[in-house]
Amino acid sequence: MNNPIEMIQPDAKTQARFEKIAQGLKKRHAASRRLKTYGIMAIVTAISFLAILLTTIISNGYTAIQQTELQIALTIPAEKLQNDDGTIDPVKARNFNWNGLIKKAFRAEFSDVTAMLDQRALGEILSKNAGYDLRRQIEAKGSIPVGEIKLWIKTSDDVDMLMKGRLDRNLDESQRRLSDQQIGWIDSLVADDRIRLVFNDTFFTAADSREPESAGVLGATVGSAMALFVTVLLALPLAVMTAVYLEYFAPPGRVTDFIEVNINNLAAVPSIVFGLLGLAVFLGFFGMPRSAPLVGGMVLALMTLPTIIIATRASIRAVPTSIRDAALGLGASRMQAAIDHILPLAAPGILTGTIIGIAQALGETAPLIMIGMVAFIVDVPATLTDPATALPVQIYIWSDSAERAFYERSSLAIMVLLTFLITMNISAVLLRRKFEKKW
Amino acid sequence: MSDFLSPNLVVFAATIAAAFLSFYLGTGRVRKQAIASQTKSHSLNQYYGFYVSLWVLVPAILLALIWMFAADPMLTSAAKARMLAAYPNLPDSFLNLKMAQLVNIAAGYIKAPDAVMAAQADLLRAAQASADRARSLTLAAVMCIGFFYAFRRVSPELRARVLCEAFLRRLFFLSAVVAILTTIGIVASLLFEAVRFFREVSLFDFFFGTHWSPMTALRPGDAAAADEFVAGSTGSFGMVPVMAGTLLVAVIAMAVAVPIGLFSAIYTSEFASRRVRNIVKPTLEVLAGVPTVVYGFFAALTAAPFFRDLGLFVGLDVSSQSALAAGGVMGIMIIPFISSLSDDVITAVPQSLRDGAYGLGSTRGETIIRVVLPAAFPGLVGAFLLAISRAIGETMIVVMAAGVAANMTINPLESVTTVTVQIVMLLTGDNEFDSVKTLSAFALGMTLFVITLLLNVAALTASRRLGQRYE
Repeated sequence: MNNPIEMIQPDAKTQARFEKIAQGLKKRHAASRRLKTYGIMAIVTAISFLAILLTTIISNGYTAIQQTELQIALTIPAEKLQNDDGTIDPVKARNFNWNGLIKKAFRAEFSDVTAMLDQRALGEILSKNAGYDLRRQIEAKGSIPVGEIKLWIKTSDDVDMLMKGRLDRNLDESQRRLSDQQIGWIDSLVADDRIRLVFNDTFFTAADSREPESAGVLGATVGSAMALFVTVLLALPLAVMTAVYLEYFAPPGRVTDFIEVNINNLAAVPSIVFGLLGLAVFLGFFGMPRSAPLVGGMVLALMTLPTIIIATRASIRAVPTSIRDAALGLGASRMQAAIDHILPLAAPGILTGTIIGIAQALGETAPLIMIGMVAFIVDVPATLTDPATALPVQIYIWSDSAERAFYERSSLAIMVLLTFLITMNISAVLLRRKFEKKW
Repeated sequence: MSDFLSPNLVVFAATIAAAFLSFYLGTGRVRKQAIASQTKSHSLNQYYGFYVSLWVLVPAILLALIWMFAADPMLTSAAKARMLAAYPNLPDSFLNLKMAQLVNIAAGYIKAPDAVMAAQADLLRAAQASADRARSLTLAAVMCIGFFYAFRRVSPELRARVLCEAFLRRLFFLSAVVAILTTIGIVASLLFEAVRFFREVSLFDFFFGTHWSPMTALRPGDAAAADEFVAGSTGSFGMVPVMAGTLLVAVIAMAVAVPIGLFSAIYTSEFASRRVRNIVKPTLEVLAGVPTVVYGFFAALTAAPFFRDLGLFVGLDVSSQSALAAGGVMGIMIIPFISSLSDDVITAVPQSLRDGAYGLGSTRGETIIRVVLPAAFPGLVGAFLLAISRAIGETMIVVMAAGVAANMTINPLESVTTVTVQIVMLLTGDNEFDSVKTLSAFALGMTLFVITLLLNVAALTASRRLGQRYE
């Protein structure tokens, strides 16, 4: 070994000291390695938290992609629904007791069930909205099928949970939402092959409902999309103009400093405070409608404004000054240099920052709750001022419900939300990759 | 209101068309004049077009904005006067109810219950229609005046570019002012409502009172309670237990996030190879991208039951809304803030300090602990302060997973409430907007805003100190 310690031939005392140092060195390196291990452990812990979070949500939610249906044979009494010319009378169709028809047909198959209470228990197997669904189906078709038909009808959420194994059969009957008798009926239906699990298209085509089997995320998704549309429309131009002003036109001084301080502070204000602002100013002072995506979008715009401003300024600064100098040198005005030369080159960065800000706004819940977008709304909003809810708020509403089936749907809604977020973030990354210029 | 809410598409389209038309007319005029007078115009032709269309658009937009805020109240008050004449002996509250009904009838949402209301609705509709007509005519007039003024001024000598750019610069400045306006809006709205609250409840009772139950009305004769509570209001508004709960949750969150975040940052900045770092950092930041409602869902429906069952297993009584579950999950959310901020701070420590330490024979670990971390200390403090501010302001996790009742406790196994939970609770549901209850939410919001602001300023000062140290 080429050790300098040996070369200088130390005396005994020094030798002892070197040995002591060498001994200590092992310990000191061990400490160093320990620190590294702690770091690895911390990262592994953090990543496993992420993994646990995602697996919990996926394992809770994937079953909501399916919905239990039950086959029933029934005859629709055409004479009670049609006009003389054979078309369906909308008033008659609305007033007709569709639920009664389905329940009667279902009961007829269990002729041994006669007691009132038992009949009611039998009816609980069916969805409360089965009649409504059937009416919509017939209305959409425009004609009434003749004779006995076999129909697949949604079951109640409890049956759905049982079929998906989310309802524990071994629990004591009093603690279960389905009685032994009901489970017996269901088992007999399963044995007859008359219960099936199909793709839950309602989840993607309906708005909220009191019944889990009729509830969907479309209403909330449209509400979110509308709010974000308003957000982009307001925040993007404001942010770009602010950034250009601060980068190129702001005279150094108190006012400019104050603007900068404000932007930085707004970026750190808790989101719920923006909700309070929306409640007091937009709803209270200006009298705008409650629960409207328009107001939601305005609040989210104020909230994301700092994010987009900061991103825009960064991408403006990333454009080399030589571009601006060249433009000015060829006689462009400062405004022309900024708008015609710098902004187009900074556009990919601005776009990326905007997408990231919008993704943030999409996940935001608290300010929307403050302005009343937390209401129970069964219609898909059609205009910006219709009462609506948003995707994250829908998750919040559902996870508050007692029904196990809403828990499952909440998880699936989270997956939908995360899908949107991942898509937005990935597209931001790809955009940056594609357009990023190395000057 | 209906007027403003369903923007009249025809008027909108006509305005846009007018702007385009005036652009072409302006451009054409200057071109013709330049040819006629054999001179070169001061600016590019398009600037003359912009100049004219600005004069068409800007006054019209301003007028439309003013109209929006002035016309509707006028229409409403006129309708109210007519209603008062139609129903002379109606008390005020009923009149307001009738008014709401009337607006809905006029908009066609509901049917009129009787002939009087139908007639009133017709009158309101007629008034709205004539107001709409008046607005369209006024807008057209203003646009015409603006157009002719600008159009006549268009000539090759006009410095159109300078004028347009001056306008744009002012517009840019105004949009920069929006940030200031937002801050003012926040402070003003919070302050305004908070002041109304403090008229009912004294400052001392609010900040130092130890009992918080805004929902429970005082029963008359409850003398023992009445002494302690604020007399005459709907409940008691002492925010100490709420603040204590907020701090407890924040401390638990920091206890989870600081070690994990800091050690991760040490690893990524000091030990990891570039490749590992490029994978680990974005992965950790995914945790920051997960919406808080998802964390809330996880805390309420997975973490809280888990801790409760664990408690049952070891024989502890853990609340199903324990501060531990809410704080722990919040800690997970905060990890990326701490790790990425600390990573930045540690990376900002000059390499010369490390080289010096290595040169004196320190190991890597010693360099980090004895040299790098102390050097980065102010920045780390800044990062932690930002994280605390984030934890205190975080809403959804605690709304979903923490309790509602204000318990004064430092036991993490019990249920506590936080400032944000109380704000959400007080402002959702069927409360009237002006009750002391709802006003108290704004007082809490004000407190929250001030605390987070102070924490942010402190964080900024701390990290600035780091910057100055090694400039």
